[in-house]
Amino acid sequence: MAEFAVVGSSAPRLDGLEKATGRAVYVDDMTRPGLLHGAVLRSAYAHARIVAIDTAAALALPGVHCVLTGEDFPHRYGAFVQDEVALARDRVRYVGEPVAVLAAETPALARQAAALIAVDYEELPAVMTPEEALAPDAPLVHADFAGYARRVAVPLPPNVCAATTISEGDVDAAFAGCDVVVEGTYRTQAQVHCYLEPCGALAEADAAGKVTIWSSCQSVFRVQATVAEILGLPMARIRAVAAKVGGAFGGKSDVTVQPLAAALALRTRRPVRLVLTRDDDFMMMRTRHPATVWMKTGAMADGRLVARAARLTLDGGAYAEDSSAVLGFALLIARGPYRIEHVRMEGRVAYTNRLRAAGFRGYGNPQVTFAGECQIDEIAARLGRDPLDLRLQNAVRAGDDWVGGQRIEACGLVDCLERLRAALPPAAPGRGIGVACVAHISGILSTSAIVRVLEDGTVTLSTGAVDLGEGADTVLAQICAETLGLPLDRINYAVPDTDGSPYNWSTGGSRVTYMVGRAVTAAAGQARDRLFGHAAEMLECAAGDLELRPGGRVGIAGVPGPEITFRDISARAHWAVGGPIIGSASVMFEGGGFDPKRSAVTGNGIGKLGAFVFGAQAAEVEVDAVTGRIAVSRLWAAHDVGRAINPTAVAGQIAGGVAQGLGYALYEDLRFDGPNPANPTLMDYKVPGATEMPEIIPIIVEHPEPSGPFGAKGIGEPPLVPVAPAIANAVAALHGVRLRTLPLTPERVLAALDEA
Amino acid sequence: MTARLTVNGRPCDLPEQGTATLLDLLRDQLMLTGAKRGCNYGVCGTCSVLIDGMLGRACLTLAADCAGRSVTTVEALDADGSPDPIQRCLVEAGAVQCGFCTPAMVLAARALLDANPRPSRAEIVAAISGNICRCSGYGAIVEAIAAAAHG
Repeated sequence: MAEFAVVGSSAPRLDGLEKATGRAVYVDDMTRPGLLHGAVLRSAYAHARIVAIDTAAALALPGVHCVLTGEDFPHRYGAFVQDEVALARDRVRYVGEPVAVLAAETPALARQAAALIAVDYEELPAVMTPEEALAPDAPLVHADFAGYARRVAVPLPPNVCAATTISEGDVDAAFAGCDVVVEGTYRTQAQVHCYLEPCGALAEADAAGKVTIWSSCQSVFRVQATVAEILGLPMARIRAVAAKVGGAFGGKSDVTVQPLAAALALRTRRPVRLVLTRDDDFMMMRTRHPATVWMKTGAMADGRLVARAARLTLDGGAYAEDSSAVLGFALLIARGPYRIEHVRMEGRVAYTNRLRAAGFRGYGNPQVTFAGECQIDEIAARLGRDPLDLRLQNAVRAGDDWVGGQRIEACGLVDCLERLRAALPPAAPGRGIGVACVAHISGILSTSAIVRVLEDGTVTLSTGAVDLGEGADTVLAQICAETLGLPLDRINYAVPDTDGSPYNWSTGGSRVTYMVGRAVTAAAGQARDRLFGHAAEMLECAAGDLELRPGGRVGIAGVPGPEITFRDISARAHWAVGGPIIGSASVMFEGGGFDPKRSAVTGNGIGKLGAFVFGAQAAEVEVDAVTGRIAVSRLWAAHDVGRAINPTAVAGQIAGGVAQGLGYALYEDLRFDGPNPANPTLMDYKVPGATEMPEIIPIIVEHPEPSGPFGAKGIGEPPLVPVAPAIANAVAALHGVRLRTLPLTPERVLAALDEA
Repeated sequence: MTARLTVNGRPCDLPEQGTATLLDLLRDQLMLTGAKRGCNYGVCGTCSVLIDGMLGRACLTLAADCAGRSVTTVEALDADGSPDPIQRCLVEAGAVQCGFCTPAMVLAARALLDANPRPSRAEIVAAISGNICRCSGYGAIVEAIAAAAHG
């Protein structure tokens, strides 16, 4: 990649050695003078009225400083439905819901005290599945739902927190004209984020009542805004700072324990660290939405796909959180990356008495793509077509429109499929190969960046984007360095801190490289223009005649002679003329949305989303006919990233996403035994280990996105999405059995083989 | 006489509380926070340290059981200012993402290479099979350890 100096190089991540040497500071590694420790008491009931809470015994324990209950948190919150409270008030709605929180001198004392809090419950009937929740006369999870503020205020049936429909064309007529129609119901499970670092926060209030919160989070700005909402304080009184984040995957997108830590710090006037135990994290936090997807897809005899319909029911758990957006996105993406003219997608999210479902790498996409990509293979089988070939025939191309009318500006899907075909081995006995595609988006909402040229000509880059481990810090610094012609080691990436960083919505939606990268490019470009303004005066030439030269120097284009350095320019700006050189930029994703002339949409919870990204994967599997165990030997993953700013980091996202997708496909499933999670531990909830991993072959495809920084777009989520359908399709190719329920456990495989 | 252990070459008193784990001692008293508390029940592997050169779970080991033993944490590996080749290789291979599993992975690899300087790929996979990584898919970690051994 001679085109660029820094972009396209696999620079080692900026904090790599800090992490490898154990020096990186996560919340649980932080301390402050006078630090207190928090602990949480969880609900033992799925649904109950809180009759009384007796905290006297806990408070009487020497070293316990304060106990807070739901009465201390009067403000409701929630991004789409204001149904959440920081601690249960009057009612608990799931086993594990936090009921009380306290601060004490040591973690052990805090936990001991939590066990002394006596809660008098009056148990209520619970609904543990969407089927129970949506049955006539079912107990209500939120009896006060009608009184909650909602962002999408359409009428909803009982125990439903979101319902959306999207349709285009005439689906019924199209199905009637199809030569082949396949139809089926697919079920997916509750996958737990299982970031290795449990959720945690350290909060400290100053004498004026401003509270600083260091936490493991995906957005310091969402923490600031939500804590302010929960505590009823102005945002200016809340400062949120990112600690190192030990993985998040969507599970630290909304607040976790930050409001509780902040309230304890304000009450005790002491710094308080609240880090969840792994048990607490499993019981209190979040999962991916379990889904039931009915889907129907129709094609003509020549293989042309013409119609698809889907009905999606998501289990949202006890609180709505981002469910409305997860549903909307799932329905938007359910058509798949194919030229299907007629679509009707309907969905709803049910409240149940389980821990809340939330955004999780893929955001509703893995559920619908499992159904959709299985159906492409089912159609291929009916038509006697090669599944990869059928996908190629129908694949979207650059210039096509998505559902809703947004133009696909760049599209490497055909290339991904061709590269995959070239990489695949010839058929071998006992081994099945299955293919699946993914379409996703990269974008969402707003962000900003500030580039400051320091006195010596080096640069501090501030964006507010939290690196969760994916390497965004490094990629953004590379974009900044490339724009300014500086080596990477001259860029300082500032720790996200609401006191100093410019706004960034979140690290999520596969958006940081694309959205924040755009802001960095613009801010660094503005700084460069200002450097040129000074240089033009210093070199007595027109700014338009200037060029950047490697290493932070400016000269006259085509003239080898006079040259000045960023240091010279910045010194002039700081001490003589004009003032410090600062570039800044704000961006918003403003494309897309729904064109009312082509789409009929009701109850939509999503806005303008982002640039489309595409990929295709193939899995090679063997099935043990005795045990039913599926072994994946190799997995090829071709993904179009527009441009790989850092190819090693891209390959890392592909491999990591595939690993989580493998867990989703084969192992991971938070089961319930009545009201209780049955396997809420790392002993009983299987996260893939090194021995379970197939050989993963990443294939990076680059079709530059016109609006992206150096053509780049996101890769965070897509690699997880097609893994499960690729494996299910491989099993079908091998044995002719169609598995429609995740995970693809040995029991389910054996049952299917027995039936066949 | 107080019972003692050695941590990173320095003698150190056992904690007064008999129930304290080695992880409590390292993190809370010695402020050696490279060993992480990922689950505190011996499954995730993020608390792994070397006890007399063998990889062990600090969260499941009572500090008192380490009397007379020598404990090595990740902090010892670059104490001379120069990172262990394993640490350098992990960074260069892109095997470090969130980093929460990394210090323990480094020690698992160190224990392996001390016992078996030229491990096969399968031996490397077996050596880190008790350490969960949720970010990387393990491939880059295995490559990095191979590079440290053979490179």
